Amino acid sequence: MSKVKSTSVEVRLPSQLGYEKVAMSTAAAVAKLMGFREDRVEDLKTAVAEACINAIEHGNKLNDDLSVGVVLSAGVNQLEVKVIDDGQGLKTVPPKPDIDKKIHGEEDPRGMGMFLIQALVDEAEWVKGSNGKSSYVRLVIRLDVNATAD
Amino acid sequence: MQSETKARVDQLTSPAGHQVTALRFEGDIASTSKDAVLGSYHSLPKETAKLVLLDFTKVDYINSSGIALVIQMLIEASNSGQKVYAFGLSPHFTKVFTMVGITKYAGLFPSQADALAAL
Repeated sequence: MSKVKSTSVEVRLPSQLGYEKVAMSTAAAVAKLMGFREDRVEDLKTAVAEACINAIEHGNKLNDDLSVGVVLSAGVNQLEVKVIDDGQGLKTVPPKPDIDKKIHGEEDPRGMGMFLIQALVDEAEWVKGSNGKSSYVRLVIRLDVNATAD
Repeated sequence: MQSETKARVDQLTSPAGHQVTALRFEGDIASTSKDAVLGSYHSLPKETAKLVLLDFTKVDYINSSGIALVIQMLIEASNSGQKVYAFGLSPHFTKVFTMVGITKYAGLFPSQADALAAL
């Protein structure tokens, strides 16, 4: 298959946990077509999963009447993934998780999704939608032009 | 829609002669895995199961909710004087577990043999 230059793939997910796997597979397929290394594909899959889970659980509150939009835009040297929900967006950015505090009961064991997203992709941006809807997170991974997949 | 998490318990003996309890997981580890992850851990006798070895070899997918369950297990193990180790994570999830700091409280090994050799 020829290298993808600039194209867009869209997926719409029901607001049910588990369907983030559809977005993961789609993102992985596009990333592989673009020539990303296997380790970066795995990073992207986890980041997309966490973004979709947040959209399903917190943005759309598991409401069956709402869906999560995932838009993948493949550029020359980067892949952008937008995960869109009908929530009001982030109110505050949670603090970086602290494993010591979690182990000693001073912090909830949960809440690592955003940290993982930021750690695994090159860019992550949370955008509140207008009128309290269509908020999204934008993830970007960039091709390392000196080290693409074989 | 999450793939069901299966769990089973095995008793092993390390080359050094220590009794090790292996918790072997299969499938996804996510928010729906509480019974499999914490339920199987709670079934262990805390007085005798002092060395616990988590087997992730057959785990396909772990998300942050699943990681939270593992951390809950580590909290309880720490309070019970148990030591927890793990093996079988993919290179990616080894990296993720290291990122969130789990390696401070659970030793990670590439294989069961490597884990038992260290115990």
